[in-house]
Amino acid sequence: MSQVIVYDTPDRSVEDLANDLKAKFPAVEVLKAAPKRLHLQVPRDISFEVCEFMKEGLNFEHCSCVTTVDYMDHFTVVFHLSSWTNHILSEVLVDLPRDDPTVDSITPLWGGANWHEREAYDLMGIVFKGHPDLRRIMMPEEFRFHPLRKDFIVGRRV
Amino acid sequence: MSNLYIELTNFTEWLLGLVAALLDWTKLGFLSDFGEWLQTAPVVDFVSTLLVAVIFLITAMMFGLCFIWQERKFLGRFMDRRGTQVGFLGFFQNFADGIKVVLKEHIVPKDSDHRLFELAIFAYLASTFMLFGCIPFSDNFYVINVNLAVLLGVAIFAFGPFSILIGGWSSNNKFTLIGGMRAAAQLIALEIPLLLCIVAVVVLTGDLSFVGVVTWQEENIWLIVPLCIGALTFFIAAIGESERIPFDLPEAEAELVEGWATEYGDVRWGLQMASDYFRAYILSGLFTMLFLGGWAGPEFIWAEAWYLGKTFVVFFFFIWVRAATVRIRTDQILKLGWRRLLPMAVINLLIAVALKVAGVF
Amino acid sequence: MPSDEMWINMGPQHPFNHGLWNLRVKLKGETITQAEPIIGYLHRGWEKMVENRTYSQIVPLADRLCYGSSLSWNHLYCLTAERLFGIEAPDRAKYIRVAVLELQRITSHLTWLMAVGTDLGSYTIMTWSIRERELFLDLLCKLSGARMTYNYCRIGGVRTDLPENYERDVLRVLDEFEKRLRDLESLMDENEPFLMRTVGIGKIDGRTAMNLGLTGPIMRASGVDMDLRKLDPYEVYADMNFEVCTHTDGDVYARYRVRMDEMRESMKIVRQALAAVPSGPIRVKVPRCPPKGNVVCHVEDPRGESLMYMVSDGTERPYRLKVRSPNFVNLSASPPMLVGFKISDVPAIMGVMDMCIGETDR
Repeated sequence: MSQVIVYDTPDRSVEDLANDLKAKFPAVEVLKAAPKRLHLQVPRDISFEVCEFMKEGLNFEHCSCVTTVDYMDHFTVVFHLSSWTNHILSEVLVDLPRDDPTVDSITPLWGGANWHEREAYDLMGIVFKGHPDLRRIMMPEEFRFHPLRKDFIVGRRV
Repeated sequence: MSNLYIELTNFTEWLLGLVAALLDWTKLGFLSDFGEWLQTAPVVDFVSTLLVAVIFLITAMMFGLCFIWQERKFLGRFMDRRGTQVGFLGFFQNFADGIKVVLKEHIVPKDSDHRLFELAIFAYLASTFMLFGCIPFSDNFYVINVNLAVLLGVAIFAFGPFSILIGGWSSNNKFTLIGGMRAAAQLIALEIPLLLCIVAVVVLTGDLSFVGVVTWQEENIWLIVPLCIGALTFFIAAIGESERIPFDLPEAEAELVEGWATEYGDVRWGLQMASDYFRAYILSGLFTMLFLGGWAGPEFIWAEAWYLGKTFVVFFFFIWVRAATVRIRTDQILKLGWRRLLPMAVINLLIAVALKVAGVF
Repeated sequence: MPSDEMWINMGPQHPFNHGLWNLRVKLKGETITQAEPIIGYLHRGWEKMVENRTYSQIVPLADRLCYGSSLSWNHLYCLTAERLFGIEAPDRAKYIRVAVLELQRITSHLTWLMAVGTDLGSYTIMTWSIRERELFLDLLCKLSGARMTYNYCRIGGVRTDLPENYERDVLRVLDEFEKRLRDLESLMDENEPFLMRTVGIGKIDGRTAMNLGLTGPIMRASGVDMDLRKLDPYEVYADMNFEVCTHTDGDVYARYRVRMDEMRESMKIVRQALAAVPSGPIRVKVPRCPPKGNVVCHVEDPRGESLMYMVSDGTERPYRLKVRSPNFVNLSASPPMLVGFKISDVPAIMGVMDMCIGETDR
């Protein structure tokens, strides 16, 4: 290829994108819309549609990270998505109930989320529906626990 | 007959005479007869030839070890470090390595083919040491002056790929198998340009023995001048044949650990490593004889010293190429061998034939 | 060669592996048809471990995430913690941090070059890069006392002030290195076998690279002009004048070229930063417990985009600290770069990716 894809000035502002999102998905809550940062709280059932809209409509070309936090009564999956065109790092929080930790996988949208979701499954036990190859990555295949959960006490014999 | 042979015959006669005198002194009938039989011509011949071979082998191996030392020091300096330091100028390191290697345990992989495993490495080493016999140091210091020495040398050299294939296969290891196949393919591909360059030399000199080739160069001109393309092709093919960087993919540590000889651990490995250097030394020696006039040179130092000095210089270029380049892939080596070196060797042959026909030489 | 396909394990113990990981490749003859990297051999449970440490106890642990470029992780952690605590390092500390980070970038790239040299079989490249690296390690050792895990940044600033005559020493080293860099580059750029091994190998195009999560020099070698130091400037990078190095081919040679250019740009930044260092304190006081909340921070690591996500529940230990390592994603995106090439290309392709398993496995 001979051309260089350049990202020098942002195309649209954070407020613009936030308004677009709220217009299309009223259930999404904008937690923070600061320069270069956009934090959203998204309900679980529309998380895949929101991410798809962010990728296709709002130019979020890159998935930086998929992480999970174990608050004792629920899980939260955090997707960090980057829009280089608009110079924004966005944080999408999805709450999951403790007894049913499943969420739609965003690997079909961004290949970069593949191993992050595998790690979240391995260490935290979150099941990503639609992931092409969900198996353990750090721990051995026959390991029976999810080590990063708060109820897994390090030093206990497993 | 070489001077070495004549000197040693005299020495053997004296030695056997001494042994016979000792046996005679015991005043036992059959021992005196044995002593007399020892002094007959065939026995003297046999013993002196044996001694010549042993002395020559040891000398050649010593100089081969010098090449290993030369490589380590010069390679070190290219990389901005000093190379080996053990002993005077680092010369003792090779002996230290040799002693260490001899003291190791002999391990044979369990599922390997034991007989072929042992046979392959001995065949490899035997072919290398046999080559020492073919190559003279000067017209006075050689084991035997074979009429077809050049051809014989390359033929014995070409025995290498067989032992490499057998060794790689019999080790029962995927990596050695790949390494053996690669090595065999590379060596066979690079032998053809090598042989064609030698044919060009023979066309001009009309003599297949080393003494004949060097004498011709003494009388006319060092063959590197008219056959410069051939010299270059021979040089590149020689680096490939001795499996040095840039052509050392068969033993690329980065991928295959050690290539075909991965499973050999002790003395066998030590001798295999050493014989890689001996083969490089033999090829440099061949280059010197064929293109640089062998032992020809002014009389103020020995002919043998001229030969060794020139070989050292050729080997220095081998080392320089190793220090500067990276390893290239097998298919790139083969492409180089068949698509570049072969046409160059053929052109060189045509030049040689043209020169001969035109009566220049 | 047998014509059926065979799986080969390159690793976990393998001379060319820099670190401890496994690469399973399926070969048809000598061509790779499938590749699968397998990691987890060096998993130390870092993220679980730091949930039991106070914020200042984690500072030296962050160094050990990637021991090849430890200062950038140390700095990332301190930056994230500062954002969480809601404090900012003083200006003097910021300029010092930028200068030292760029020195670390050069060191990391020289370590990478050494690995490339060994993988391709040229020990000359290896010894020359280590020789240049010694110049920089001496500088960093003078500053922080260590050659590998520097532990120099602190939450709220840096640990010690610049030693006497440091600027003079750094400028001397940079002048010397510039001359030697030209030698080093010519050893590779004008080396026909090197070009044979690297041009056209392991190609990946820009859009695929972005989608697969590749960041850093690998992505920039495929024609994507994105550098977090320009896109989302942190510390005082907004005041620095430097170019983002890109290349359009997307092959191994392009990635090598991008890193060599980056070394030159880093030298520029070091000179500017050291010339502009203001006087003042180098550290601010930090409270014991941060406010409740979460914060995300990303920086341009020598290998790509590294990110830390910190959740605090108001106590003196973090509730959750997630590390996004660039190598983790680069490695996951390596199969498309390997398929279709020969097994001899694997060291070239993987070597030029600058693997550091410490941060991949955490």
